[in-house]
Amino acid sequence: MSERIYLFTRFERFWHWAQAGLIITLLFTGFAIHGSHGLVGFRKAVEIHEIAAWLLIGLWILAIFWHFTTGQWKHYIPTAKNIDSMVRYYAYGIFIGAPHPYKVTQERKHNPLQRLAYLGVKLVINPLVWISGLVYLFWGALQGSLPAGLGLQQVATAHTVGAFLMLAFLIVHVYLATAGHTPLAHIKAMITGWEDLHDAAEEAAGKPAAR
Amino acid sequence: MRARSFGLTRLLAGLAVGILSSFAVAATGTADHAKFKELQGPFKSGEEVTAACLACHTEAAKQVMATRHWTWEYVNPDTGQKLGKKTMLNGFCIGDRSNEPFCQSCHIGYGWKDASFDFGDEKKVDCLACHNTGAYRKLAGYAGHPPYERTEFPAKSGKFVEAVDLAKVAQNVGATSRQTCGACHYYGGGGDGVKHGDLDSSLNKPSKELDVHMAVDGLNFSCASCHKTDEHKVAGSRISMTGADPHGAIIRGEKTDRNPATCQACHGDRPHKGGFAHAERLNDHTRTLACQTCHIPEFARGGVPTKMGWDWSTAGKLTPEGKPFQNKDEKGHVIYDSKKGDFILGENVTPDYLWFDGKVSYTQPDTRIDPSKRVEVNSFHGTPGAADARIWPVKTFHGKQPYDTEHLTLLVPHTAVPDDTAFWFNFDWAKALKAGAEATGQPYSGKFDFVETSMLWPITHMVAPKEKALECAQCHADNGRLAGVPGVWMPGRDRSGLLDRLGFGLAGLVLLGVAGHGSLRFLTRNKRAQGKEH
Repeated sequence: MSERIYLFTRFERFWHWAQAGLIITLLFTGFAIHGSHGLVGFRKAVEIHEIAAWLLIGLWILAIFWHFTTGQWKHYIPTAKNIDSMVRYYAYGIFIGAPHPYKVTQERKHNPLQRLAYLGVKLVINPLVWISGLVYLFWGALQGSLPAGLGLQQVATAHTVGAFLMLAFLIVHVYLATAGHTPLAHIKAMITGWEDLHDAAEEAAGKPAAR
Repeated sequence: MRARSFGLTRLLAGLAVGILSSFAVAATGTADHAKFKELQGPFKSGEEVTAACLACHTEAAKQVMATRHWTWEYVNPDTGQKLGKKTMLNGFCIGDRSNEPFCQSCHIGYGWKDASFDFGDEKKVDCLACHNTGAYRKLAGYAGHPPYERTEFPAKSGKFVEAVDLAKVAQNVGATSRQTCGACHYYGGGGDGVKHGDLDSSLNKPSKELDVHMAVDGLNFSCASCHKTDEHKVAGSRISMTGADPHGAIIRGEKTDRNPATCQACHGDRPHKGGFAHAERLNDHTRTLACQTCHIPEFARGGVPTKMGWDWSTAGKLTPEGKPFQNKDEKGHVIYDSKKGDFILGENVTPDYLWFDGKVSYTQPDTRIDPSKRVEVNSFHGTPGAADARIWPVKTFHGKQPYDTEHLTLLVPHTAVPDDTAFWFNFDWAKALKAGAEATGQPYSGKFDFVETSMLWPITHMVAPKEKALECAQCHADNGRLAGVPGVWMPGRDRSGLLDRLGFGLAGLVLLGVAGHGSLRFLTRNKRAQGKEH
C-alpha cells in the first residue's frame, strides 16, 4: 500500500533544477575567474558567469514572487521542535534503520534541519553572494560613490566567502538528497513532484516494510 | 622632441627613403610651389631657401624659434627641471654637449656646431627638414646642413653622397610626413629604433598589424594626424606626458587645453563598443589602464630591433692591429662596437608596466648619484590607484655609463667629432670625458668609472589592430603581465591565500564528512534491512 503526496509543484521543480544548474555553473566559472582552476579561459568564464548570474537573478525574482503569492515561504519558518531527533537520526538512527522521525506533508514539506539550512541559504549566503556580486559587476560605476575602505578587494573577498559557503551547502545538500529511504527517492520526488511516503509511513507505524 | 639622433644608419636609411619616395605629389593645397619664381633657385645654401620661404611665410621662423624643436631647451612644467636635448642625459649616446656638429644634424636649423650658434637668426631655421617630400637629408657632422656638393660620407669610406638639389626640394615642399619626422625621431640614440622601441623606420610603410593608424593600406596617418600642430608647436611630449585623459573625444572646434595627441582625444575614454557586457567591462578598465597597455602588446614589432641594453664600459677594444671593430648577431645586427661597447637588442619586446601620471624626473648633469645601486636616468611618477595615473607600458632600458667617482655625477663623453679627444677616434676615456666635462661646464675630478643605469621609455606607438590587443588572461592570471603591479585588485591574479585555505578546507571537511557518513550508511545497509524486518 503506497501513499504518494504531490510535494513539489511544476514551478518549484523548475526553480530548483534551474537554480541547481546555474549555481553549479557559477561555482565552476567563479572558481575559474578566481584562478583556482584553468578548465575554462578567464574571459569565457567571466562571460558565462555574468550571463548565469543574470539568469539566476531573474529566476530569483520569479521565485520570491512565487514564495509570497503561494505562501510557500512558510516552509522556511525555522523551528527548534524535533530538531534534536533529526540530528539524532542523521547521527545514529540512519545507520540502524531507525524510522525517519519526520513525516512530510504538503503543509510542512521540510524537516527542521532543512528549514534551517534553506533559510540560511536564503538569508545569508544568497544575499551575500548577490550584493557582493552586483557591486562587483557594477564596480566601474559604483567605485567612488562607495565608502572609503570598501575596495574591490573587500567586495571580491565577500563574494568568495559566499561562494565557499555555497559550495559547502551544495556538497551537503547533494549528499542528503541520497539519504531518503532509497538513494534516489528524494531526487525522484524533486523530478516528478511526487514523494513516495509508502515506507516512511509504514515504518512510522511500526509495520514491516513491504519489499 | 622625442628623440635625439646620432649615427650613420639614420643617414643611410634617410637616403634610401629619399630616393624611394622621390617627390611624391605634395600639392594638396591651393599653391603649387614649383610655380613660384622665388623657388626657382639656384640656391647655394639652406639659408637661401629659408629666406625664400620666409618671403611669404613671414611668421614661420618666429613660430619655429619658440618651440623646443629649435631651442632644445625645455623647462619641465611638472618638476621645474631645465631639460631639453641640449643638456639632458640619457643612457644611449649620453649627451649632446661637445658633440654638436654630429648630433645637431637633427636640429631643425643650419650651423649649430657650438655655443656660438645664433638662435635669433631666422635664416638658420631649416624649413626643409620637416617639409621636404623626399631627396633631402642632413649629414651627421655637418651641424644640420645638407650636402651642398658631392661628399664622401662617411669620410674616407669611399662612398659618396650626391649634393641635395635645393631648388627641387623647395619646389616640392609639403606637409610633414612619417618620413620627415622619422628622419630624426626613428634614429634617436645612434641608429634605427635604438631609443624608443615604438618608433623606427618600419613605421614609414607599416602594415595594419604593426600600426593600425599609420598603416599604408589603412588610415595612413602621418605623425601630425595625432600630434596636431599649431603655430609650429607640436603636441605631445615624453617629458611631460598626459598620463590619464578621462574625457570624451575632443569635438571639432572645441576650445580645450587638452593634449590632442592622446588616444582619448579621438576615441574618448569609453571607446569599446558592442558585445554583451564585455565592452562595458573593458570601458571600466580605462580608469586603471592606459589604452596602450592592452593595445600595444609588444613593441619593436616591425623588424627593427631596439636597444634594451648598452654597456659603455666595454667600449674601446681594438683588434691586434689597433683598429676598432664590430661584432654582429646572427641577424647581422651590431652587438658590439669598439666605439660604443656592448648592446642588448630586443624585437617584439613585451613591455614592463607601471603606474604613471605623466610626470618624469631626470638625472641631470649636476645631479648627485648613488653609484652603489642602479642609477635611474629618468623616473616616472605615479601613485598606484590614483585618479591621475594609469598603468602604462614602458620600455625599460639598462645602461652602463661613465660617472665621476668623486663628484658622483654622470659624465658626458666627447665622442663624435673627429679631433684629438673624441672617444670614437682616440678610444681614450680620460681625454673624452675631460673634453665632455669642459663642454657641459660641470666640475670634473678626472677620476671616472662606469655605473649601471636605467631609463624608461613610454610605449605609445605601434598600436595593434583590436584583434591583436591583449587577452584578459594575459593579465588576469598568476604571473601575468601585471604581476607585481600594485594598487589594483585583479580577479585571477589576486586572492587571499588564507581565505582559500579556509574555504577549500571547509569544503574538504564537509566532503570528508558526507563521505564518512555515506560509507557508514553503506556498511550498515544490512542492519538497516534487518531493522526494517523487525
